[in-house]
Amino acid sequence: MSKIAIIGAGPAGIESASMLARNHEVLLFEKSSTALSNILDKAYLFPDFSSATDIADSLNSKLINENIKLMLNTEVVDIVRNDSEWKIVDKSGKNYFVDAVLITTGYQTFDATRKEELGYGIYKGVVTSIDMERMIRYNQIVNSINEAPKRIVFLQCVGSRDEKSGNRYCSKVCCVTAVKQAIEVRKLLPEAEIYIFYMDLRMWGQHFEELYRESQEKYDIRFVRGRISEASSTFDRKIQIKAEDTLLGVPMKMTADLLVLMVGMEASCGTKDLGVKCGIGGEYGFVKTATPHLCDNETTEQGLFVAGSCKRPMTINDVINDARSAACVISDYLK
Amino acid sequence: MRQFGFSISQTRSIDLDQIDFSCLNELREAVPTFMVCINCGACTATCSAQQFSDFNIRKIKTKLMQGQYEGLAKELDKCMLCGKCTLVCPREVNLRNSIVNMRRILTKKNK
Repeated sequence: MSKIAIIGAGPAGIESASMLARNHEVLLFEKSSTALSNILDKAYLFPDFSSATDIADSLNSKLINENIKLMLNTEVVDIVRNDSEWKIVDKSGKNYFVDAVLITTGYQTFDATRKEELGYGIYKGVVTSIDMERMIRYNQIVNSINEAPKRIVFLQCVGSRDEKSGNRYCSKVCCVTAVKQAIEVRKLLPEAEIYIFYMDLRMWGQHFEELYRESQEKYDIRFVRGRISEASSTFDRKIQIKAEDTLLGVPMKMTADLLVLMVGMEASCGTKDLGVKCGIGGEYGFVKTATPHLCDNETTEQGLFVAGSCKRPMTINDVINDARSAACVISDYLK
Repeated sequence: MRQFGFSISQTRSIDLDQIDFSCLNELREAVPTFMVCINCGACTATCSAQQFSDFNIRKIKTKLMQGQYEGLAKELDKCMLCGKCTLVCPREVNLRNSIVNMRRILTKKNK
């Protein structure tokens, strides 16, 4: 029975671990104290509003397997090839020897304080999409003075498609997430005015376009095509925003009770770190696969594999599919 | 015989076959980033001149890209070259530099 190290217990790590554990022994490393923390940040998932906790529970149940050894609070600091073996070094200096390594270190969200002109961390009325998920989950959508907001504005592409923050790429999931959150807000605050400011709406996935249509048809979500360039506070602690309605060609300003910044996905610290250490560091700190079409789970290093959002922004279903494909590729490699 | 006063009204459409792209070509050579705009409007929203006049830099840019040069040089005089547009652009278009060059090229062509 071969031994495989999987680094990162997110959806990619857990799904591939559960498949590989049928025939192999899996060491699953996780640096934080809980698995699936990025999923547990969310309340409901697009496009069908399934509960994030339920999804996390089903994934977690796959870990009950005698061939999987989950090691929480164990940060991997180095991965070194040792002839045909790989040596994993954790933070405490302990070594583990395995036959193959799968990196599933995932993403983190963009730190919105880096876009100072949008006021996150400066004005209480500016929140991120992650904060919004929490507000939705606990049904506590409030403005800067803890009242129910009357006007809520979502802004797309914060920290993605933006040269100024160094992220040229599209983060893929934010367009539909904003639509999903807007619908949830509408259900909780039937009287509120809800706007989404966008540059392009990229409804590429199954049911995304339908959800967009539904948000207009049933939930009165209003869409403005223009990027908000700055946000400031008014004397009564509301948020004033400036944008251009680019379809009218007219600049506009608006006062909102809550400005929600749709933060993009970036490579996590672990992804950036291990990518560089293993010589597979790619663009924007994501890891680089051997070839984009046919060898997308392989790397240039033999026996070192990658899956999930450490490669690029991905939805959870893309991640699950990718994790399964990585498990197949690794099984073949170990034959 | 009585002549009826029919006349043919001019079409409003831009005839892409007839456009003179010389100004645009000169501009993209001077400012290569000019072509990567995605019309998000961040520049217009943050523009200082926009607050006091009907100046709309994104529209001027769009007209120039379609070869519609008429009156643009005069429009561009409303810009105070504060450069805020360049600071907010998500595509890092060097807009301030584009404006200086647009003025130069359009004035040369008497547009």
